[in-house]
Amino acid sequence: MLPATGFVIFAKRDCPTCTLIEPVLRKLCAADPATCFISQDDPQFPEGVSAVLDDRELEQSFRHNIEFVPTLIRLENGREVDRTYGWDVREWRRITGLADLGNGLPEFQPGCGSLSVAPGAAENLQVRYGETGLKSRKIELGEWDDPIEACFERGWSDGLPVVPPTDVRIVRMLAGTKRKPDEIIGRIPPFLPECTVEKVAISAVMAGCKPEYMPLVLAVVETALVPLFSLHGILATTSFGGPIVIVNGPIAKKLGMNWGFNVLGQGNRANNTIGRALQLLVRNFGGGRPGEVDRAALGSPGKITFCFAEDETDPSWEPYHVSLGFRRDQSTVTLFQGHGVETFNDDKSRTPEQLAHSFGLGLRTIGHPRLQKAQAVIVLSPEHYAIFRDGGWGRKQITEALHKYSTRPGRDIVAGTDGIPLGIDPSRADEMVPKFAPDGLLIVRAGGPAGLFSGVLPGWGSKPAEVGPVTREVHE
Amino acid sequence: MMKLSGETLRDPTAETTSVKRARTSPPKSLEGLCVGLFGIGKTRTPEFLDQVEKRLAERGLITKRFAKPTNAKTCPPEIMEQVVRECDVVLVGLSD
Repeated sequence: MLPATGFVIFAKRDCPTCTLIEPVLRKLCAADPATCFISQDDPQFPEGVSAVLDDRELEQSFRHNIEFVPTLIRLENGREVDRTYGWDVREWRRITGLADLGNGLPEFQPGCGSLSVAPGAAENLQVRYGETGLKSRKIELGEWDDPIEACFERGWSDGLPVVPPTDVRIVRMLAGTKRKPDEIIGRIPPFLPECTVEKVAISAVMAGCKPEYMPLVLAVVETALVPLFSLHGILATTSFGGPIVIVNGPIAKKLGMNWGFNVLGQGNRANNTIGRALQLLVRNFGGGRPGEVDRAALGSPGKITFCFAEDETDPSWEPYHVSLGFRRDQSTVTLFQGHGVETFNDDKSRTPEQLAHSFGLGLRTIGHPRLQKAQAVIVLSPEHYAIFRDGGWGRKQITEALHKYSTRPGRDIVAGTDGIPLGIDPSRADEMVPKFAPDGLLIVRAGGPAGLFSGVLPGWGSKPAEVGPVTREVHE
Repeated sequence: MMKLSGETLRDPTAETTSVKRARTSPPKSLEGLCVGLFGIGKTRTPEFLDQVEKRLAERGLITKRFAKPTNAKTCPPEIMEQVVRECDVVLVGLSD
């Protein structure tokens, strides 16, 4: 029982400073029997003192916001009027009024961290004893339910296990952003409910994100909601793709994102969970499920997650966001409506001209050789880029050359040729027809250091005025 | 035996419930009704709807064409409202 007026001391046996001052604690008890000792780890500590409150559940430590032990608090009429922590003989004497307290002890010794602020403890204690402020509906599981299976049963999974969204995990996730949990960030297709930061955090938890990913996850969601991106369309289409997330700037390194080996594949937590958080939000919050509003005939593995960072470590290369006018030290997220990965293999070209010509030839076939106004992300590998760089080419020359060499004579793609109905109107046979829309090639440099291949991520849109990639700055 | 759970989760959904409405009964006859033919913007939708329109016209039925501007986006509400206002039944052409 805490005294209305008197002293309260928080301590733990595992703290060398607490054990050092055990004689002090016994003396305080003798001077004021109402003194309350609160032990975080051992109710037998301090020895020789009867009034020890067992706080192994850390409720009192949480309620009194204890950061260090020992902490000495003086109460008056139930209110805290003074506090010190660690062992500072002057402070302890001032607060207790005992002039000879701690005779023979060192004058100062810092304390230890309180168990209530140990990593992981704070959110648990907040959920158990405090107010979380969470508004989402509570779902109580049965005593013997497996939470992961419960998420599957409720249809909350993309087919892989999700992390069960418990209060502790959500509170921890929300600590990753300064934005308020009830802030509305937009309406999520297809059913357009208003989405709060809290619901995004729940999705991020389920996807497996770390709290520090939250600013980027929020930026991804907000970028996906820009009308030009057409999130509803890319969800509802019978075609393959989904949102592809490309990250630029310092945040990629800060979050430990992958832009190197296996950049488009498995193995990196940030890459894979950030993309998944958006997809799970669309599925669970927006209501977009395969076979329902998601009408994809075949889909793509990238619809589980597709997110990666650009390699900005070569100063000769202009990163994608810089080409749009952002500074190198700004972080951005780009969303592109893309399908799976197509390959471009050429280990023979040795000059920029050879490689660009060869690449252009490869690009003519994406989707179908006769399709036009295409969009695509080119994931230019370091070895392919080195050929361009060593020949003095940068982003501008590469982009222009790929447009040039993917442009083909109209007669090659006329409808009806070779008995194939697909193609352009025969009246355009004498035109040179570009494969891509004017801004349809988006080049990103990424990948492992060895391998003379690059990746092509064909785009969904063939109507650039209506559907296109969107880039936004990430605010941390 | 280890206790598996008893955990409390938070709902990731929008926490909404669809309102179920009874379907409007199909008309017994199309005689005297306006049949809306709605194109969703796919390449071959007009071709499909042209055929349907032709067949309905041969039966002396009234048709009216509607379309959304692009297949890439949802239909603007004003066009949906126009469809509701101006025709009695509607056929949506999804064809690729």
